[in-house]
Parts: sequence; C-alpha cells; structure tokens
Amino acid sequence: MFDIDLWREIFQSINMNRTRSLLSGFTVAFAILLFTILFGIANGLQNTFAEAFVDDANNSIFIRSGRTTKAHKGLQAGRQIQLKNEDLDYVKNDFDDKVEFITARIYKNFQVSYKGEQNNYNLRAVHPDHQFLEKTKIKEGRYINQNDLNNRTKTVVIGRLVEEDLFLKTRALGKYINLGGIQFKVIGVFTDDGGDNEERLIYMPVSTAQYLYGNNDYVDQINLTYNPEMDYDQALGFSTLLTKKLKNRFSVARSDQRAIRVRNMAEGTKAISQMTVGLTFIILVIGFGTLIAGIVGVSNIMIFIVKERTKEIGIRKALGASPKSIVSIILIESILITAIAGYVGLLIGVGVLEAVGPSLKEYFIKDPGVSNGLVIGATLTLIIAGAIAGYLPAKKASRIKPIIALRND
Amino acid sequence: MHKSYAIGDSSLHVLKGIDLNVEEGEMVAIMGSSGSGKSTLLNIIGMLDEADSGEYILDGLPIKNLTEKKAAVYRNKFLGFIFQSFNLINYKTALENVALPLYYQGLKRKERQEKALFHLGKVSLADWAKHLPKELSGGQKQRVAIARALAANPKLLLADEPTGALDTKTSYDIMAFIQQLNDEGKTILMVTHEEDIANMCKRIVRLRDGVIMEDKKVNQVRAEQYV
Repeated sequence: MFDIDLWREIFQSINMNRTRSLLSGFTVAFAILLFTILFGIANGLQNTFAEAFVDDANNSIFIRSGRTTKAHKGLQAGRQIQLKNEDLDYVKNDFDDKVEFITARIYKNFQVSYKGEQNNYNLRAVHPDHQFLEKTKIKEGRYINQNDLNNRTKTVVIGRLVEEDLFLKTRALGKYINLGGIQFKVIGVFTDDGGDNEERLIYMPVSTAQYLYGNNDYVDQINLTYNPEMDYDQALGFSTLLTKKLKNRFSVARSDQRAIRVRNMAEGTKAISQMTVGLTFIILVIGFGTLIAGIVGVSNIMIFIVKERTKEIGIRKALGASPKSIVSIILIESILITAIAGYVGLLIGVGVLEAVGPSLKEYFIKDPGVSNGLVIGATLTLIIAGAIAGYLPAKKASRIKPIIALRND
Repeated sequence: MHKSYAIGDSSLHVLKGIDLNVEEGEMVAIMGSSGSGKSTLLNIIGMLDEADSGEYILDGLPIKNLTEKKAAVYRNKFLGFIFQSFNLINYKTALENVALPLYYQGLKRKERQEKALFHLGKVSLADWAKHLPKELSGGQKQRVAIARALAANPKLLLADEPTGALDTKTSYDIMAFIQQLNDEGKTILMVTHEEDIANMCKRIVRLRDGVIMEDKKVNQVRAEQYV
C-alpha cells in the first residue's frame, strides 16, 4: 500500500504550492492552538480546585454541637449539647454501611517543651481513622492505633514543623516531650498537604486525652467520611437523615440550627465538580467548533485546489490515471496538510502553556497542560478531519471529465 | 456512430452517423469547420467521451461501457495524446512530464527515468530534461508533449490541432517530426483546420454538420522541405 511515488507526487504538489498549503493549514493550526490552550487552562482550573480540597477527604461530614436556641420537649433554650463517645458509637453502628471512616476530635492547646525549646501548639485527640480523614502522611514512625486507644498510652504524633521547632536538627521519634507538665512519647512524625498550620499540630489518642483532662467521655467534634460509592444526592440525603436522628437523640427542635451542626463537604464538592464538568463541556464545544471551522476551511481550499488543478487532473486522466489515484492524491494531500498543520498548532499550544503556565498561578490556574491521551486523540481527530475535509473535493476531482478539463480555453 | 449533447432542454445532434475505418500505419487528417463534430469524434476515439450509439473497435477490441478505471487503463496502454495547448503539467520538469504515463503504467522510477530520457532524446530535447515547461519555447513544449505521447508506446497517436498554437516554421518542424513517426509505423489521427497541415497527412476526412462529406487519400507533402 505504501507507494513512495505517490508520496513524491504529493510532496511535489504541496511544495509547488507552498502559499496555498500554508494558508489552508493555518486555519487548522490556529484551531488546534486555541483548543490546546483552552483545554490547558481548564485543566489548570481543575488542578486549582483539586488542590483546594486536597487537605481533607472530600466526602467528609463534620458534626459539632452547641447551645440550643429553642425550647423543645419541655427543655429550655440555651441548654449546652455535649457530644460523647456513645454518640460516636451510635452514628457508627446506626449507619454502619454508610460510614467509611469515623473519628472523634477533642481540641486542646498546650505549652510544649523539649529540653530548652518550648512553644505553644494546638492538639487534637483523635481515633486512628483520623489519619485517613485528614489525609495525614506519616513521615516517620506510625500513627495512633487501637492499642494506644485501649491502653490510654501517653503517646503523640507530631507535625513536621513541631519537630523542626522543638528538636532543631535532631530526630524526635522515640523522644519524650512535655505537654502541660506530662511526658509524652513521640511515636510518629507526619506531613500534611494542608499547609504549615496543619503541620504544627499534635495528635494524641482520644482516650488518653479524656482520661487525663477531666476524666470524662466528652468529645468536641465527630468527623466521618461517607461511603465513597454513594453519589452526591445519596450523600446529601445521608447527612440530612443524620442531622434529623441526632436532633431527635438530643431532644433538639428540628428547626434549631445551632445545637447540632452537620456540615457535609459534598455540598461544595458537588458545586465544584458540576462547574468543572460545565467548564470542560464548554471548552469541548468551543474547541470542536473551532476545529470544524478549520475543517471547513481546509475543505474549501481543497475544493479551490481541485478547481485550480482541473486541467492537471484532466491531463493525468488522459495519460491513464485511474480515479483511485486521483482520489488518493487529493485525499492524502488534505490529510497531510491537516495533520502537519494541526500538529504544529498543538506543539505551539503546549509550548505556550509551558511558557506562561507558572505565571498564571495567581489567576487560579495551576499547572495548565494537556494529557498525552488528549494529544494522541487530537492527532487521530486531525487525520480523520483531514480525510473528511479532503473527501468531497477528492470525489469531485475523480469525477472530472478529461474532455472538459482539456477543452481549449 | 451517433452523438448528441443536451443543451438546456433541447439536444444537439453532433455526430449524425459517422462510419470511419482507419488502418494501421495510416496518417489521417480530420478537417471541418468549427461545430462540424471533428473534436467530438476525436474525443470518442480517445475514450474521453462515449458515443450514444454505434460501435468503436480499437485493434479488434470493442470499446464499450467502459468503467472509469478501465478507460484509464486503455488510454494509458493504447493512446497517446497531443494537444493544441500542449497540456504539460507546469510544475513538473520536461522529464517528469514525459515519465507521467509510465508512472501510471506502474513502472519503477529508474525505468521511468530511462525511458523518458530516451524519448526526450528522440525529440532532441535530452538537454532540456530538467527544465520546467515555462522555460521552453512553444515548439519545444509540443515536442515534450509528443515525447510524452510516445512514452507509453501507444498504438494510436491522437493530435488535436497539434500546430494550432505554433508559428508556421515551428508547425512544419513538428509536422516533419510527426511524419517521421508515421514513417516508423505509428498510426496517427489528427484534427486540423489548416489545409497545408492536412496535406502533410496521407488521408483527409472532411466533416460537415456531423457527417463525412469527403474521404480521400492525398499525396503526402513532406514537411522537411520547408524546414
């Protein structure tokens, strides 16, 4: 099938009509350039959103309590609602199949010291599941486990910056730090993509904190992630049901907005993912629109080329060119122009994204770029586009009657 | 042989029963005023057009109901064309123009180049092989066109006013060459409206209004004497 002479014919024809080929290629190159840049920018926006939510699992639900604002079931307004271990167990057991990870949180703040260094740090007493909810990455050692919980061990996991502050250049793992007068063993050091504040935290087993600070079973907050297989609507339904059941449990009026507060990250995630889908769709429409305009442009120019070359095609036919060879010449020329021009557009587009990408970060566009899959897809589309653009003109060319083409005019 | 063309709603009967037999080795001039049907006849013989009725037999082979593909193969194998306006491809060199019918015959590049150069040599233009048509004179262009027509070694050479665009001296030059080809045994059919050119053929067929008016053998006037 590969016919070197056919290619020679085509390259000669393109070469002899450089301006014409350049012009027809320009539309396609421009279309692909626009498409690449738009797509890259959309990807950049998506990256920005993804990063904004990378801190926490985006299927999280937070439960907090406060004072009641309404009297209900004979109870007065202004009553403090306190979440306890049993409430966590209740949620865990009652929504067994809907909850993925669940943890309590107790917030404390301590003066922490190691040898001569000391500083003030926020502390969170948590369950082992907290690691997955907060996307905490262990750098050294380990996270809090069930054993720590059962034995109320005096152990802590500290953030990277805590280690840096207190231990200077030495390693914290295995050392003891002083938290408000009590010695705790550092069993792990973690990092977090959520930023510096997240890395200035200290985690401790929830049972230890409850035992040491008040000897109660109080928790400040319950965090959970819902089963990721649930879609947004199911997730929202779940948090609504959860709110209702908890309000019932604490005898809180249904319209009381402060006593039990349930915040579902799905609400924000849904809006953003819808926006992203919308954005991608718009860009695809614009991109394909431009591409189609490009194809029509090439097709137009190919029709013009066929018209201009009518005589030549007539001569070729008189000399014994089969219709097939005429179709191949026009079609392959069209595909070649489209593919090369498109590829040039793609390369320029990628180049532009690479060049200006870093300076776009302040406009919420992070790492704009196109994937390899898109590049391959675009190349294939271009070849098909070239074939579509060339098909009608080629068919027209093959139908040229030599007698008409060779008429002396 | 009959042929009509549709012109709007009416139809124009161009060939009204032509019966012509050309033997191998003949050199025939077809003459007639414009509209007499001479070009139509040549196009049908050249398989560029088809007759409405009647039959066309070329070297014992009936030419009928040809597909485009088959017509292309036959044209390539059996016929060589020479046109009034030369019809060279302007972005190809003389050599490439001559090699084109050989390309459509499926010959290898090297073989094509050799054969094309040989035929260019026959029209004494070997030195001009790498030149583009625009760098050649009218006479040279027509000689390239003749070399191209000969390249595929056709049975029949068809010339449509081969000297129509040339001055008298060059015309005789070309005619001398065509006569030489005929001497070598090629069958030649040409359309012309110039008496002197027609008289350089061996037979003159005069058409008027789509019928043969006169068909006579003539004493060939050799063109060399004018050169």
